[in-house]
Amino acid sequence: MPDRIKHRFSGVNLPQLTVMSCMLAAFTVVLVLPLFSLFSNAFLSKTGGFVGLANYARYFDTPSLSVSVWNTIDISLVSTVFSAVIGFLYAYALARTRIPFKSFFKYTALIPIFIPTIVHALGLVYLFGNQGILTGLGFHTELYGRFGIILSEIIFTFPQAFLMFYVALEYADGRLYEAADSMGVPPLAKFLRVALPEVKYTAVNVFFVCFTLAFTDFGAPKVIGGNYNVLATDIYKQVAGQFNMNMGAVVGTLLLIPAVLSFIVGRLMDSRNTGTISAKSTTLTIKKSRPRDAIFFTLCAFVTLSFLTLIASLFLGALTKYYPFDLSFTLKHFAFNMSTGGMGSYFNSLEMSLLTAVFGTVFVFIYAYMMEKTNGLGALRKYGKLLSVLPLALPGMVIGLSYIFFFNSPENPLNFIYGTVAILVLSNILHYFSVPFFTATGALKKLDREYESVSESMNIPRYKTLLLVSAPLSLPAILEIFMYYFVNSMVTVSAVVFLYSAHFKVASIAISHMEEAGDISQAAAMSILILLINVFVRLLYELIIRLMKKRARRKEAI
Amino acid sequence: MGFLEVENITKKFGRQTALDDINVSIERGELVCILGPSGCGKTTLIRIIAGLETADGGRIYMDGRDCTELPASKRNLGIVFQSYALFPNMTVHGNIMFGLRQKKELPRDEANAKALEVLRLVDLLEHKDKYPRQLSGGQQQRTALARAIALSPDYLLLDEPLSALDAKVRVKLRGEIRKIQRALSVTTVMVTHDQEEALTMADRIIVMNNAVVEQIGTPREIYNHPATPFVANFIGMMNFYEREGEVCAIRPENIALADRRDVYDASAKIQSLEFKGPLTRIHGILPGAEEIFVDISSEAVDNLSLRENSMIFLRMPEDNVMKYSEGSLI
Ligand SMILES: Nc1ncnc2c1ncn2[C@@H]1O[C@H](COP(=O)(O)OP(=O)(O)OP(=O)(O)O)[C@@H](O)[C@H]1O
Ligand SMILES: [Mg+2]
Repeated sequence: MPDRIKHRFSGVNLPQLTVMSCMLAAFTVVLVLPLFSLFSNAFLSKTGGFVGLANYARYFDTPSLSVSVWNTIDISLVSTVFSAVIGFLYAYALARTRIPFKSFFKYTALIPIFIPTIVHALGLVYLFGNQGILTGLGFHTELYGRFGIILSEIIFTFPQAFLMFYVALEYADGRLYEAADSMGVPPLAKFLRVALPEVKYTAVNVFFVCFTLAFTDFGAPKVIGGNYNVLATDIYKQVAGQFNMNMGAVVGTLLLIPAVLSFIVGRLMDSRNTGTISAKSTTLTIKKSRPRDAIFFTLCAFVTLSFLTLIASLFLGALTKYYPFDLSFTLKHFAFNMSTGGMGSYFNSLEMSLLTAVFGTVFVFIYAYMMEKTNGLGALRKYGKLLSVLPLALPGMVIGLSYIFFFNSPENPLNFIYGTVAILVLSNILHYFSVPFFTATGALKKLDREYESVSESMNIPRYKTLLLVSAPLSLPAILEIFMYYFVNSMVTVSAVVFLYSAHFKVASIAISHMEEAGDISQAAAMSILILLINVFVRLLYELIIRLMKKRARRKEAI
Repeated sequence: MGFLEVENITKKFGRQTALDDINVSIERGELVCILGPSGCGKTTLIRIIAGLETADGGRIYMDGRDCTELPASKRNLGIVFQSYALFPNMTVHGNIMFGLRQKKELPRDEANAKALEVLRLVDLLEHKDKYPRQLSGGQQQRTALARAIALSPDYLLLDEPLSALDAKVRVKLRGEIRKIQRALSVTTVMVTHDQEEALTMADRIIVMNNAVVEQIGTPREIYNHPATPFVANFIGMMNFYEREGEVCAIRPENIALADRRDVYDASAKIQSLEFKGPLTRIHGILPGAEEIFVDISSEAVDNLSLRENSMIFLRMPEDNVMKYSEGSLI
């Protein structure tokens, strides 16, 4: 009898099947079911009856609401164009010119990643606000509203645009340039005819990624938006202000549109963009050109200087007694008011980010391992692959809102995690899942697939192979995932704004409350604390990677 | 029943048939080579024997027991892959201990003693604390072999174990693998696409082509009596020509030169002469424009002062001519 059962499951490894099923079930609970409740709420009336598209009709019939759609498209489009152009030029400067201080420029370009978007806006207030430093110097701008949002979103999306273009430009095919040189093509034409077409697919990706980020950002419009309404702030007003959950759900589904579009376009392009880098590609040698380097150096210096000024203004605000009237040094702004969250919120953020990083890294790595290094289980694996890319299309606001619908419902047995750190951690792990998943998959793909076969033949259980072979060999990727989760959890606002509770406020939310309460200096002080821990974690990561490389080289030299 | 019995094994990848009704029987202590061109299903067969791949149909018996559903971990076998798959984060010694430490009943010092014993056997004792990337290709190969035999497997499976090495090391390791295999008298299946390797090492050879077994036999049988034109053509050098509706085949070294006044079976015009040390290979053209290769001693070439464009007369002893029905020629 037991023999018969074994035959039935021939070729399927029971422990593997169990682990895979559990992970997929968990993923379904935190992703598919909440999304389902979000969508179903968009089609329900306040009393719970099905109303079809009536909510959407009402939304578009109310000019005060639907104007946000156009506003959001407007600011996203403008900021994306700026950020893509600047990002491309900056990346070009680092990858294709001979300007000095390249690695310095590379790190300063990442500054915006380390602080919440609320803080980009806050920095702008310091610079251009009514009492701003630059305002004092005679720059008068209508900061609050469209202009401020656009500026913030450019800062927010710039690092993404830069990084994507940089990766594309770094793997240049030197042959194209050699050919152009041999035909005597002038530099500017070379730039327009060779370099630009080379990155056209990346450019489309950059456009969608930046557009989606700007489209769904909540932090900047919250601080600096004034009366200029965008979807992300609308959704918040509908849900947190007017408890109009169904209208919130409607706006939530609208927020998904650019991500879904970019997803489709990405898929279409994947099938065409089959890498032009072949084994025959030669690496590019960069020619000397003083005028070119001078122009690009100026650009890089300008961007870097802007970011550093932004950060400097935060320090100025946080470390002076009463900016701009009393500029004497003080640390008193670090003694945060309890009412807006206090120091506790910082520790809460640390706790949440550490938990996210630990559990997220473990989950992502095992998940990627199951997808990459097990065989059989065809249908489950397909479902798993689909789930792993979905979070890419989910804005934080949508995750947060769908979690309210799903986890806050009294019938849900998981209701107890509502209002605890657990739901924040879950939403972060999900929100930032896809990039770590690609990192882990990439690292695992590089490992010999026969490690598993050899281990199996030696009767070594799979978890030991994972723990003692695959994981140590993927350590750099694991650390990168850990860092990514930590830094993003420290700065996120959009996913947690719906989910934090009064007992567990996190630092990024506290900053927005401080700003609302007029404690701008404290908000700046808190921003600095976030920046410091993130930079610290990043440096720690770089240090460990460097030490590991050194050790590997030493081993080789024996 | 053999110590390892493969019965009617079939395997498809989508529409691609990798194995089509494979039947093989292997005796205890034998070294059997699976030989065949690229893509004919050798790796697939050895992975199914190992339990790393499941067959679509057919059964595997090990020592009389039906093992078809048994996972690799329960089959007690050692495997060496072409890539060796040595764990790069463990030393040579660590690689071998990794498997040995899984045996709960084996105390640590005994496991250690066993590891040192196999390392001595493959002559790697002095390198035991090195990491794989600090070893030469041959040393890595021997490490993989040591790891595979450390658990005293009933079966040793080798998938192109020597193909990543350069020619000299390859020849040396052939002998070593054979010696170790004999010393342990472990039943061994080795995949290769190098016919010389198969001929020199194997007790028996399984020749595969296009997902089917073409012939199973000792190296001598395979060489002297190839069952199909494919085998005849694949192993060694073979001349094919048509006589009375039959496909005839004869090896270059079995053709003798005759005087024009003697009885001869064919005449040919010399195209070129290839000096190969003691032997010279004559490339000739038969009257029907068919090519023919003849190996004769270089001494005879000199004595007869053969050169390009001279005519030669050939005798093809009946015993050495193989006949295949027409149409079986690929
Ligand atoms: N996992 C797989 N998925 C799809 N097709 C496969 C897979 N493994 C093998 N095949 C196909 O099955 C056939 C047999 O492959 P196999 O690897 O067994 O050949 P082989 O004889 O070992 O060749 P080689 O000498 O090149 O290693 C090939 O046509 C191959 O493309
Ligand atoms: Mg193979």
